[in-house]
Amino acid sequence: MAKKILIADDEQNIVISLEFLMKREGYEVSVANDGDEAARRIRAEKPDLVLLDVMMPKKSGFEVCQEVKSNPELQSVRILMLTAKGRDTEVAKGLALGADAYMTKPFSTKELVERVRSMLAER
Amino acid sequence: MLSGTVVVAASFAYLLLLFAVAWYGDRRAEQGRSIIANPWTYAMSLAVYCTAWTYFGSVGRAASGGVWFLPIYLGPTLAMSLSWLVLLKMIRISRTYRITSIADFIASRYGKSHLLGGLVTIIAVVGMVPYIALQLKAISSGYSVLTGSDDSGVFPFAASSWFNDGTLYVALTLALFTVLFGARHLDAAERHEGMVAAIAFESVVKLLAFLVIGGFVTWGVYEGFGDIFARAFANPELAPLLSLKTASSAGYGGWFALTLLAMLSVIFLPRQFQVTVVENVNEQHLRRAVWLFPGYLLLINIFVLPIALGGLLYFGRGTVDPDTFVLSLPLAHGERALALLAFIGGLSAATGMVIVETIAVSTMVCNDLVMPLLLSTERFKRSDHPDLTGLLLGIRRGAIVVVLLLGYLYFRLAGEAYALVSIGLISFAAVAQFAPAMLGGMYWRGGTREGAFAGLLAGFVVWAYTLMLPSVAKSGWLDRSFLDNGLFGLEYLQPEQLFGLAGLDSISHALFWSLTANIACYVLVSLARVPTGQEATQATLFVDVFSRGQDAPATFWRGSAQVQDLQPLVARFLGAERARRMFESYARERGLARIDELKPDAGLVQFAETQLAGAIGSASARVMVSSVVQEEPLGLDEVMDILDEASQVRAYSRELEEKSQALEEATAELRAANERLKELDRLKDDFMSSVTHELRTPLTSIRAFSEMLLDDPEIDLKDRMRFLGIIVSETERLTRLVNQVLDMAKIESGHAEWHNTDIDMRELVGHAVETTEQLFRDRGAVLELDLPDQAPHLRADHDRVLQVLLNLISNAAKFVPDDAGVARVRLSCEAGQLRVDVSDNGPGIAPGQLGVIFEKFRQGGDEHSRPQGTGLGLPISRQIVEHFGGRLWVQSRAGEGATFSFVLPLSPEAGDGPDHAMT
Repeated sequence: MAKKILIADDEQNIVISLEFLMKREGYEVSVANDGDEAARRIRAEKPDLVLLDVMMPKKSGFEVCQEVKSNPELQSVRILMLTAKGRDTEVAKGLALGADAYMTKPFSTKELVERVRSMLAER
Repeated sequence: MLSGTVVVAASFAYLLLLFAVAWYGDRRAEQGRSIIANPWTYAMSLAVYCTAWTYFGSVGRAASGGVWFLPIYLGPTLAMSLSWLVLLKMIRISRTYRITSIADFIASRYGKSHLLGGLVTIIAVVGMVPYIALQLKAISSGYSVLTGSDDSGVFPFAASSWFNDGTLYVALTLALFTVLFGARHLDAAERHEGMVAAIAFESVVKLLAFLVIGGFVTWGVYEGFGDIFARAFANPELAPLLSLKTASSAGYGGWFALTLLAMLSVIFLPRQFQVTVVENVNEQHLRRAVWLFPGYLLLINIFVLPIALGGLLYFGRGTVDPDTFVLSLPLAHGERALALLAFIGGLSAATGMVIVETIAVSTMVCNDLVMPLLLSTERFKRSDHPDLTGLLLGIRRGAIVVVLLLGYLYFRLAGEAYALVSIGLISFAAVAQFAPAMLGGMYWRGGTREGAFAGLLAGFVVWAYTLMLPSVAKSGWLDRSFLDNGLFGLEYLQPEQLFGLAGLDSISHALFWSLTANIACYVLVSLARVPTGQEATQATLFVDVFSRGQDAPATFWRGSAQVQDLQPLVARFLGAERARRMFESYARERGLARIDELKPDAGLVQFAETQLAGAIGSASARVMVSSVVQEEPLGLDEVMDILDEASQVRAYSRELEEKSQALEEATAELRAANERLKELDRLKDDFMSSVTHELRTPLTSIRAFSEMLLDDPEIDLKDRMRFLGIIVSETERLTRLVNQVLDMAKIESGHAEWHNTDIDMRELVGHAVETTEQLFRDRGAVLELDLPDQAPHLRADHDRVLQVLLNLISNAAKFVPDDAGVARVRLSCEAGQLRVDVSDNGPGIAPGQLGVIFEKFRQGGDEHSRPQGTGLGLPISRQIVEHFGGRLWVQSRAGEGATFSFVLPLSPEAGDGPDHAMT
């Protein structure tokens, strides 16, 4: 059965590229354009992995991450955070909030695909 | 009429109540929970100024002179308004140097002189004894009025033989009270909390009693103020009392003299000095008393005229003594309880005065008359009396009894001689003699011992000759002839028209001559000699009391001493236990554990002397201390050197203070500057972080799509074209962003180039609309243009203004709804400026967003509708508009579109700023 991946980002062009990449890898993909929608979809669809942008309208990626990790029903959801802000403090904050991995934009597509693959294989 | 038993019983009951109040006050003081340590009690105790003379005599005075009684109360009010100048300084000096009486004050100021202290004491005794007699007389005659006869009743007052005379027993009772609460134990500060509590209580009682009687006369007997005054006006005999002109035959001079006299009295009367200065607990209380005490005087005077007029209307002139109206009016109307209350009020006024005055005078007699005499005997100086506290207390008590008996004696001899008010004023004139030496001593360094002595003596002699002797003569004990013909038959020596000065009432006349002689002698004799070292020292300590610290006096002493000598000396006069406690606390203040560790330095000698001064007066304390220490007297030159040094040190420390203050200010400025820099740094960091984010976002797309295209040649043509299109548009976005960031940085740093020309805004707006019309057409929207027929030219940078217009119009194009979009550009002329409005019918801006859209990298709209902007367009536009001295703002409500407007002034101030360039 194909793994489910949720892409949460407010930049349309980035969503298009991620969607294309993930679908090519054979995953089932859904999309959220802001933090609220992302949280909603995670609860409803329980994806195996979320590609979560930090700077989103309505609710930041950090808040969404915290919500997911504090909800025991969503234990199985992996989170890969993506951010255009490359500061060390941002990375540390994300990981402290329970994100499973962290990548800064612009990322290498190969690395991203590798990372997603390995995160999904871990279980 | 009342029976004598009732009156005597009521009086004793009242005195017992007074005992209770005083006892309670003392007990609370011992427990450390003072009931007098508040400004109200302090102000009430000041009201001891209002004696029986006020209580009974003011009415009498008003009955004969109308408002002529007022200066006695105007003076104190004026004096209180100057209290911060005089009283505060007196309090500070007295507290610092443990001064406990006026005699001590003057003696201490002029080199701790026994002679001066003695003279002041004699003047005070001579001046005050008649005044005390006056209070006794008030009680006695009050009793007579109340009981209706001179010799009936249990205690016949003013009887023919003294042992039958009730007044004697009144005097003795008061002496007992005064001894109990004024001289029960020795206090280095000479303070009596219980007595002050009782005095404050008495002040309340006499005020209430007088107000009740006044109210009774005004509204009980007559029908209010209006009624009394109307009747008085109708009565040809009384009408003159109500006019200022006839109120005083003495004219303005008389008013001035009397007001001045009362001003001086409220400061220099021994009892006022006692309550105002010696018994003062806290200097801050004075601030409240400054208006409370005059307020008290106002209240107690409200009913004086109504009672006087009411009495005159009721009894007629010449039948009843107006001094007794307070008692006789209620009696005449059968109000016996009221009359008794009035009597108690009068008793309050009299006893309060007698008690405080006696304590004050007895302190002087003990410290400045008896002690010096005792100290001059060799036997006494030797330390074979280890403890003299008992002796000291005995002297105090004896002095109290003697002063009161003197008062009684005077009353017996002269009691019937004059109206109450004259004695009061004669006493006032006596204490006014203290004013030059006191005031001069506090503000002038040049006064000397001889000067003060000559002034006091001259003033006293003139006072005795012009006031005292004539009043004695008028009582019939002296041949009157010298009154009319002058001493030795010399006309210019007529006591009441000295050197031919006529036309003044006798008080003003005496005040004028005595003060003239006093001041002249004080100043001239003082100037005749340079102050000695001792005088200069004391002068400095008194005049500069506010600018000197408490420890300063120590520097004026040189010699050697032993703690083993000083402590027993203090113990002799204050008791061994108390002396030990004093020295222990002094040692503790200096961080020493035991008395033995004290260094016998100048400070310790000064400390011991100050403690002694409180108990036996400063002059005696000086003598005693100098008998146990070896000391070298300081000459004037040496004192002056010390003073110079001290003032230099003070100047240095002031300079240092100023410098450290300047340093503090500089530090604060630096800190603020640092804060500003930090803030700027933070802003820069935020900006960099935002720019980074904005750059990385398009880069992310570009890299992702490029890698995908590179890695996977299998992607079909449609996707390939789409991805390449995205790459191109993201590259454009990146370029735009880089340009705008640079643009922004240039404008902000002031390095932008401004090519100012005269621009025709109509043409410019038209051009901008033409350029952007395609955007609207693409979205199926309409762009409307509204231009005035003509518009004045404007001096600005053509390209920059166009940049603003394009930014605003293209923003509108992005936000108008699909297919139904309408945008409108309007140019209008206003006074001195041109205005451009760009409105759209888009979603509008939420109120919370209105402020932030002008911030960098903050874009309107949500994730779906957000246009491909950089978030820098509006901040840049605003910078440009403001550069030309204009304003850019937005008006919008969510759902109703938005209107961006800017104005540009026709004659820009900023447009030609330093950063404008060549053209």
